Amino acid sequence: MIRVQALSKNFNNFQAVDQVSFEVQRGEVLGFLGPNGAGKSTTMKMLTCFIPPSSGTADICGFSILDNPLQVRAQIGYLPESAPSYDEMLVGEFLSFVGEIRGYSGKELQRRVSIVIEMTGLRDVKDQMIETLSKGFRQRTSLAQALIHDPPVLILDEPTDGLDPNQKHEVRTLIQNISEQRTILISTHILEEVEAVCTRAMIISAGKVVGYGTPDELMSQSLYRNSVTVSVNGADPTQLLNDFNELDFIYSVERIPEKRSGVVTMRLFPQKKKSITLPLEKYIFNQNIPIENFNVNRGRLDEVFRELTTTD
Amino acid sequence: MNGFYPIFKRELLAYFRSPVAYVFIIIFLAANAGCTFLLGNFYNSQQASLEIFFLFHPWLYLFLIPAVGMRLWAEERRTGTGELLLTFPVRLTTTVFAKYFAAWLFIGISLLLTFPMIITVNYLGSPDNGPIITGYLGSLLMAGSFLAIASFTSALTKNQVISFILSVNICLVLVLLGWGVLSDSLNAVFPVWISDLVSQFSFTTHFDAIRRGVVDLRDLIYFVSIIVIALMLNVVVLESHKAS
Repeated sequence: MIRVQALSKNFNNFQAVDQVSFEVQRGEVLGFLGPNGAGKSTTMKMLTCFIPPSSGTADICGFSILDNPLQVRAQIGYLPESAPSYDEMLVGEFLSFVGEIRGYSGKELQRRVSIVIEMTGLRDVKDQMIETLSKGFRQRTSLAQALIHDPPVLILDEPTDGLDPNQKHEVRTLIQNISEQRTILISTHILEEVEAVCTRAMIISAGKVVGYGTPDELMSQSLYRNSVTVSVNGADPTQLLNDFNELDFIYSVERIPEKRSGVVTMRLFPQKKKSITLPLEKYIFNQNIPIENFNVNRGRLDEVFRELTTTD
Repeated sequence: MNGFYPIFKRELLAYFRSPVAYVFIIIFLAANAGCTFLLGNFYNSQQASLEIFFLFHPWLYLFLIPAVGMRLWAEERRTGTGELLLTFPVRLTTTVFAKYFAAWLFIGISLLLTFPMIITVNYLGSPDNGPIITGYLGSLLMAGSFLAIASFTSALTKNQVISFILSVNICLVLVLLGWGVLSDSLNAVFPVWISDLVSQFSFTTHFDAIRRGVVDLRDLIYFVSIIVIALMLNVVVLESHKAS
């Protein structure tokens, strides 16, 4: 659905995007991750034919961004960064305007406007001027605008930026609801979002792809992958540390500061990041160790992210 | 031309949604009246014509039209809506023309609101209404040319003030080229054909011809060419912005 081949963009001497290639299939939500200025927005601007690439190409639903920009744009619903919209318009008016540009009129236009208003929960503000909206409603208005033509491809540039936790949750739920039958590319620097909505993630840094895979695959690169955090009540810390260290499936043990008195917390790192849940449970059960907490780490995306994006 | 009408409609609406439209109309009408009656001594001229009224139009437009046109593209860039607008499945040329025509219609409406002038001269005397009609036509075309230049300079920057100053300067040159004082001083040094040639590039020269009641195809072509050339440059500038 989206196929990107060696896409590059340089501004004067600055290489903003460097030979980026990837594919997104229907039903997939690709999370586009990277620090600020990594080239996420620039890539999205090239895919929506807002700026031309310096080299490389991409096609969207079979249309090339170089040869058929109008057809490409017709397939895409685009939410630009910081959700720009015309302040002096009413929400409903703005959505009708976008619908008309997309070629709808009369009853069909009204139907589509009311569908997206329902989908994005804008009913209460549809007669309000966009200027007067809160950031959350603005963002949703912009998202509604991107959905009006029921596009097969959605490109969303930081759709939850600046929203409060409840609003973020709502927008994510919305994205999940519409992700079936669609191809979605979503940029973010909020890592929890990737786990929440993306089927696949790509990390870019300084214009280059430095990591690609499902969120779980990416997390498996983490040092903390399959490490276990245990809190034990009323045990001798040194003894416990030694006991754990002697187990053959454990690579190392690290003590973590603990606020509760009498409780010892430590993180156990497995050999070769293999899962140690079962043998560890068995050991704890056999030794009758008084466990308070037992937590298996899937890996930390933020750590992988930092590792991949701050190499030099 | 897909997408022309919604963009045109939105742009026109944007003028009337902001106080700028009403401020502009009031200043436009007041300036017109001021020039005609105070500077031009309309009553003392004892003529039942709008010649004095139209005489000041190039000078009024010099400041008022760039004020209308300066926001056309600069504002879209400043607020980021340009990114939305230019990623709709609409040709760039269509978008440029749609926004331009909306602004032109807005100026046309302001110009139409000077209709009490027509009533005044018809009440006070019996004017030849032919030159009045052609005067309005010429004025509208000239306004369109000023506006196309303002639209072009607006695309150059996201700063409305810079856009305003640029277009005032370009328009000033195009007005001054036909100014009598310039022609006279050119004639003192060069053969007459030089000043004739130079003045052919001026708004004033072609507007004067039309407002006298002679609608010559060449004058129409002049204004239409200015408009088309400026808007094409406008498209080119927007394209190159996107590329760099």
